[in-house]
Amino acid sequence: MEIPLFLRGILVITGKNMRLYYTKPPVLMFGILFPLFMFFAFFVGRKLDLITFFPAFLAMMLFFTASSVGPLITPWEKREKTYERLLSYPVTQDSIILGDVVAGATFGIGISVLVWIASIFFVPVPVTNIGLFVLAFLLGTLSFSALGALLASPASDSPPNVMIFSNLIRFPLIFISGIFVPLAQMQGLGLVLAYCSPLTYLVDLFNSAMSGTSVFSPLVDSSVLIGVSALFIFAAKVIQKRNLMKGM
Amino acid sequence: MSAIEAGHLVKRFGAVTAVNDVTITVREGEIFGFLGPNGAGKTTTMRMLTGVLTPDAGTARINGIDIHRHPLDAKMQMGVIPENSTVYGDMSPEQNLHLSGQMYGMPWALREERVDDILARMDLSEKRRLPVRTFSKGMRQRVSIGCAIIHHPKVLFLDEPTSGLDVQSRRLVIETIHQMNEQGSTIFLTTHNIEEANTLCQTVCIINKGKIVAQDNPERLKRMFDTTQSVEVSFDRIVTRDMFASEGIIRAEPCGDKWRLYTDNPDLVLKYIVGRAERESIGITSLTTSGPSLEEAFVQITECA
Repeated sequence: MEIPLFLRGILVITGKNMRLYYTKPPVLMFGILFPLFMFFAFFVGRKLDLITFFPAFLAMMLFFTASSVGPLITPWEKREKTYERLLSYPVTQDSIILGDVVAGATFGIGISVLVWIASIFFVPVPVTNIGLFVLAFLLGTLSFSALGALLASPASDSPPNVMIFSNLIRFPLIFISGIFVPLAQMQGLGLVLAYCSPLTYLVDLFNSAMSGTSVFSPLVDSSVLIGVSALFIFAAKVIQKRNLMKGM
Repeated sequence: MSAIEAGHLVKRFGAVTAVNDVTITVREGEIFGFLGPNGAGKTTTMRMLTGVLTPDAGTARINGIDIHRHPLDAKMQMGVIPENSTVYGDMSPEQNLHLSGQMYGMPWALREERVDDILARMDLSEKRRLPVRTFSKGMRQRVSIGCAIIHHPKVLFLDEPTSGLDVQSRRLVIETIHQMNEQGSTIFLTTHNIEEANTLCQTVCIINKGKIVAQDNPERLKRMFDTTQSVEVSFDRIVTRDMFASEGIIRAEPCGDKWRLYTDNPDLVLKYIVGRAERESIGITSLTTSGPSLEEAFVQITECA
């Protein structure tokens, strides 16, 4: 009886999150407008080969959209006191976290696919391996929505504070992950930092899928993204469980 | 069978033991009142019973199902109304109720039927599509109650359900509690309102500083802790406390436009009041006697502990 109930809980929570949080201003700001502004700021009006940089832009878009919903949900629900009611329904903390992850992932994949479709009309971006391209979307959106759920885990009921905290983590990542400077051109400390960022592996996987050139093999990129997804979800679970034990 | 069984529940927050070895048994079909002063551990106990908080020690069972081993099955048995009418403000009452029904796995057609029924019962049919954030506290509380009862729970937990409500909303809440109980639900009610517990509950349990200090039916609790009775009297003019300096009156307290006189011998006090008023040509506008109150018992119990 418990497994169907668990899965149903995830489904209902995902639906609730999609209905309530997709149109919240912080999600629209940091999930859609911000990556577009970054694109205009760094790519438009410069003598850059847009086709070369497009996989990195797509990775950045997916990164921002997928990780923008998660940080908002739990603090918002704690502030509105609906989190306690949610916990009293036939759901567990795991189903709440997974519901947040699925909602973030759906938002990330939805917006990024729309951007990719729209961009086809302006930039003739090739896709050399459609299987890898789909895999990159799936793994990218999963890992960064899991990051979003993790960023929501500190015991705060203030959405602005959590959004600031999440941006402190997210913004530096876009500068060290081979988006503005290709990974192959990075050296020294920059390269070491790039290796530590999960976004690097998504950029690399998109490069593999779209231009056929990459630093790591797709297997390495995929394994890292799967690994960090599991790590983020596990860490979110541990932190939120600890918060609950403390009554926060 | 017991509807709720809690055995030796303990919850600590750092150095503070919020709930200390609490054991409760609530019989099926009972209205059980859980009373205590602020910070006594009522809400923490209820959160452990409803699976919101994990206890540091002890067990809790709902209809025989261990809430911490089988939380989903146990939660299917219950409806919970947390303190502060917690419903989604951006959703309408209809959407909140549907969401709640979905959480309990109710099929769409049944949900539709129950949502219509609850909205009508809660007098919210006309506002069914308005966002809840535009509602008053009383209306939000009605939506919150609707969300908790949509699946006809076997056990209903209510945390301070009438706190801060207007008279109409309060009556509606009380009426709903009675209706749910008549339909077979067991009710677990935490409250500050002693009069509410006195009139609603078959059993009252008092918690203080995290420990259960008394548990019985309201009448027995009153008698156990206080044999003092009171006489309430009002006059057609203002009188001073000196008027009540007499044998048999233990103490006199002003109570609105009345005086409440505590006594072990109401017969003596009544005769004295009537005689004195007659002598001094003061008109008596009302005169009532009452037995020991649950409030007195509550104060004594919590002060002793």
